[in-house]
Amino acid sequence: MDRQLRWWPRAGVSGVALLLAGLVLGACGGGAAVRSGGGTSGGAGVTITLYNGQHPQTTATLVAAFEKQTGVQVRERDGDEDVLAQQIVQEGSNSPADVYYSENSPDLQFLASKGDLAKLGPAVLGKVPSRYSSPQGMWVGVTARVSGIVYNTRLVRPSQIPRSVMELASPAWAGKLGLAPSETDFQPVITSVERTYGHAAALSWLEGLKRNAGNHVYPDNETLVAEVNSGQVALGIVDHYYWYRLAYELGGAAHMHSRFTTFAPRNAGYVLDVSGAGVLRTSRHQAAARRFVAFLVSKQGQEIIARSQSYEYPLGSGVKTSQPIPAFSSLEPVPLSIAELGSGSGALALLHQAQLL
Amino acid sequence: MVTGTTVARRARWLNPTRKSADPRMPLALVVLSVAVVAGLMLPLAFLVLQAAQAGGGQLSQLLLRQLTLTLLLNTVKLVVVVTAACAVIGTAAAWATERTSLPGRRVLATLLVLPVAVPDFVIAWGWVSLFPSLSGLPGAALVLTLGLYPLVYLPVAASFRRADTAQEYVARSLGKGPWSTFMSVTLPQARLAVTGGCLLVALYLLAEYGAFSVLRYQTFTTEIFAEFQQGFDAPAAAALSLVVVALGVVVLVAEVAATRPGRTVLGRPRPQAGVRVGLGRATAPVVAALGALVVLAVGVPAAMIVYWAGSGQRTTLPAAQSLAGAAWHTALYSASAAAVATVAALPVAVLAVRYRRAPVVVMERAALLVEALPGLVVALALVYFAARYAPLAYQSGPLLVMAYAIMFFPLALVAVRASMARVPAELEMVGRSLGRRPLSVVLRVTLPLVMPGLLASFLLVFMTAATELPATLVLVPTGVQTLATQFWAYTGDFSYRAAAPFAAAMLVVAVVPSYLLGRWFDRLPSGAVGR
Repeated sequence: MDRQLRWWPRAGVSGVALLLAGLVLGACGGGAAVRSGGGTSGGAGVTITLYNGQHPQTTATLVAAFEKQTGVQVRERDGDEDVLAQQIVQEGSNSPADVYYSENSPDLQFLASKGDLAKLGPAVLGKVPSRYSSPQGMWVGVTARVSGIVYNTRLVRPSQIPRSVMELASPAWAGKLGLAPSETDFQPVITSVERTYGHAAALSWLEGLKRNAGNHVYPDNETLVAEVNSGQVALGIVDHYYWYRLAYELGGAAHMHSRFTTFAPRNAGYVLDVSGAGVLRTSRHQAAARRFVAFLVSKQGQEIIARSQSYEYPLGSGVKTSQPIPAFSSLEPVPLSIAELGSGSGALALLHQAQLL
Repeated sequence: MVTGTTVARRARWLNPTRKSADPRMPLALVVLSVAVVAGLMLPLAFLVLQAAQAGGGQLSQLLLRQLTLTLLLNTVKLVVVVTAACAVIGTAAAWATERTSLPGRRVLATLLVLPVAVPDFVIAWGWVSLFPSLSGLPGAALVLTLGLYPLVYLPVAASFRRADTAQEYVARSLGKGPWSTFMSVTLPQARLAVTGGCLLVALYLLAEYGAFSVLRYQTFTTEIFAEFQQGFDAPAAAALSLVVVALGVVVLVAEVAATRPGRTVLGRPRPQAGVRVGLGRATAPVVAALGALVVLAVGVPAAMIVYWAGSGQRTTLPAAQSLAGAAWHTALYSASAAAVATVAALPVAVLAVRYRRAPVVVMERAALLVEALPGLVVALALVYFAARYAPLAYQSGPLLVMAYAIMFFPLALVAVRASMARVPAELEMVGRSLGRRPLSVVLRVTLPLVMPGLLASFLLVFMTAATELPATLVLVPTGVQTLATQFWAYTGDFSYRAAAPFAAAMLVVAVVPSYLLGRWFDRLPSGAVGR
């Protein structure tokens, strides 16, 4: 009896202590190993940190090509673009990020408005038509996507597809519309409607969408496209590349029960939105960080994007892509500048008022 | 045979409200506990700092609208329904596996805790794929009950394992039926574990995001995430989080009322191997019921993973190396966090059980409150403080471990506290009276007796941390992948086929420790503890 009592604590306590020591050492080692870097030039041997809100697979391909070409090492950190932007703000002047690469312009505009981005040089900005980059030169546009309608071909005939985004609020679409209101991709469409028709009309339009969507409110566009494709809901507003990515995953357009189409030319729902990258003001590797951003819009970088499964339109160095069917030059989006799209605060207020958020 | 401890127990039975004999709180214990709780308050401090930046006009615009009432009602309804369901299911399952002659109970016991190791959004996805119309309150209540009942099951099972079966004998010999014995003897012994588990479920629900976003059920937390996502508006998100904190306080006060001191029946643990309630003709229905529970809670998401693995055409499967690397990091961070949280919970639990006074209760409640905070909030709080005051630790393994330990500390505290409450203070006093130093008494008497609680705590924190996503994305060392972050990266890209192995690996990582611990309990000689 007494022996058991003695055995217990000794074996138990020393075992727990050993386990703890091992775990803490292991966890420290894991952290320390990646926290290296140094050097101030923009050349080989420097390590920069990339906060990546874009498609991880395509970005990883870009990073590998850049590392091979320059010898600069890139530590890639993937996350939601909005959480990464929020993270940079909370990190303040000690942010480890050197480059921020986002899916949509509002996040970049938000960071620029906080003074967190450094001005880019004309060599980088010159690679891309100026209307697709920061008006103040704080970030450069890398790719573009357009918003439109994804519809289930069994539930809706092409002739029934509304030509204007405003029609989706009509009672005719009750129970047929899917919505992902918390997606950052939805903001530019709201901003566009507000710019075109005014605040009051935009609000009653959003309220109409909410009524029509009913239970079909989804957390993200991936879900929305998949639900439309499987026939759970007839149609929804998304950016074009979600449909192309799902088609790729399912083995091509022939396996899809849905199609993507844009609204009428220059309709408020036909928005061209830009994905871009900027260098952090607090970066200690300015030269290397700028080289990476320059690489993104270079011919080599843009061709990697054009060949990838991102299905976005490359914006720089004259590179074209074959996959999204309408050619970039044939797009006729609503004329809306980056500055007019802003950081999306107006769209947020509208979402609040419509109680979609 | 009337021994000294039997007499002492009788005295406690006769006068259950008697306070512990030793009125002076050991200084070391107080200092340790205060340090632990202070660390847990970091996220709350961050919230207050942030919310202070929000303008009054903006706040009233956000909070004084119809949606706030809807969110409040949604949250309250769900918390009530799911907590009640988890209490019944978790307690019944724990009783069946620990106190009856159930065949195959070791395997069942392993399977029953597994839902904790399935990410909430995977469970939700599994169900939504099967029943696309599932949404709203019924959907959310079903999915979350199936995902969260282990939070009640684990502490209650640990508690039943050390229950005093002699009392049940007495009750039965006095003519009480099995049901009456269960209600009047067995259940009161597990009372702290049941209420503690319910508390965890309720607080967890307040912070839940992933499942609600899939099931399209709006609560304050989905609103907080939307605020961060759409508005980059940390002050507004912080203000909404403080509303969630207030709801958490309500839950915590309610639990205090349910666990008034003196209501806990303490008995000297006298576990006896083989002393189990014979199920007789009820065996088949009980096995069927538990089997159905396992199929619903684990089978549906597992089927979903298998379906994903076979879906899609183009995606190349991830390299086995990346899977092994991600599994290793997940196990390393989660196990470290489980160890840290369990060790940190010990002083607070001892204080809360042995020296239960107003300041101690307030401290203990504050420590539990952190469970109601969404993971993203805890993560951003650590970003804020670490980037400013400990830049070298920022985005390092230890900081992620600390985040997990903070977020899941309440799981550890409840498990350890429930076991601690079943250790008779008299045994410690006997140790002291025999001339042992207090530390020696803790190591030789208290620690062996609370070992089941420590292990339950380790398991709970380990499995919950292994599936954590929002904080992991923010705090994981740059370049390091865990199972959850890889799963996220692939599902965000429709690559469900590539994501499936990572979800399956989460289950495997959780099965091994839970099965091994179960076996270890079974092999313990019946008299090894507490005689």
